[in-house]
Amino acid sequence: MTIGLTHYLVLSAILFAVGLAGVLRRKNLLMLFFATEIMLNAANIAFAAISTHIGDLSGQMFALFIIAIAASEVAVGLGLLILIYKKYGTLDLDNLSIMKG
Amino acid sequence: METVAFYLFSILITGLFLVTAFSRNILYAMSALAAGMVLISGLFFIMGADFLGAVQLVVYSGAVMALYAFGMMFFDATRDVKEKNSPAGIVFLLSGISAVILVAIFAAPKIGENIKALVTGTKGADNPHVIGEVLFTKYLVPFEVAAVMLLVAMIAGIVLASKKMDESLSEIYIDADPETVAKEEQK
Repeated sequence: MTIGLTHYLVLSAILFAVGLAGVLRRKNLLMLFFATEIMLNAANIAFAAISTHIGDLSGQMFALFIIAIAASEVAVGLGLLILIYKKYGTLDLDNLSIMKG
Repeated sequence: METVAFYLFSILITGLFLVTAFSRNILYAMSALAAGMVLISGLFFIMGADFLGAVQLVVYSGAVMALYAFGMMFFDATRDVKEKNSPAGIVFLLSGISAVILVAIFAAPKIGENIKALVTGTKGADNPHVIGEVLFTKYLVPFEVAAVMLLVAMIAGIVLASKKMDESLSEIYIDADPETVAKEEQK
C-alpha cells in the first residue's frame, strides 16, 4: 500500500485538530503559542503534500513563506510575553483578564 | 520502506504534539515540540520536498525553538503550570467535530481533477534547484517583502524585550552624575 496524498492530508487534519484542542484548552500564554505552532505545521504539511502531488511548486513556496511569517510572529510575540510577565508576574489568561466584562 | 517511514513518523509526531498540547510542564512541552518539528522535516524529505525539509530543520527546530528557549529564561519554567480548566468535554467535542469535518473534506473525491501544474521550473532538476529558480523569478517580490518583514519583527523584538534594560542603564548613569552624588552626600 503506497502512501498517497490522502494519507498526508489526514495526518495534517489530525495535527490541526490537536493544535486546535490545545488553543481552546490552554490557559497559559506560552502554551497557547506552542499550540499555534502545531497548527501552522499542520498547514505546512498539507501545502507540501498537495504541491508534490500535483507537481506545482507554489505550495512549497507558500509553506516557505509560512515558515518565515511564523519566525517573525515568534520574535514579536515573545517580546510581548516578556513585557506581560514583567508587568503582571504571570502568564495565566484568567489572571490577565482585567476588563471585567 | 516509504510506508514504514510515513507511519512511524506520523505516529511519533502525533504523540509528541499531544504531549505538547496537554503537558503541564513547559520544558516537556517545548522539548516535545522541538522533536516533533525535526520529525516533520523527515516527513518533508520522504515527500520529496527536500529544500522545505532543510528549511524546517534550520528555521523551526533551530531558530524558533532556540528563541523559545531564550524566552524561557525570563519565565519560571521548572514550576508546573497550574491551569483552571473549564470542563474539557466541550473542547474535545468541538475539536473532534472539526477533525471529522477536515478529514471528510480531505478524503472526499477530488473535485479539481483537471488542475494543471503552472509553476514547475526546469523539468528533471533537483528540488532545491527548482525552488531557487521559482523563488527568484515568480516569487521575488514576496521574498523581498518577507525579508523586510523579518527585519521589522527583529527590531520590534529587540525594542519590546529590552525596555527595562534601558531604565536600569539610565539609573547607572544618574548614580555616576557628580551633582546627584553631591546631593546625596548633603542629605
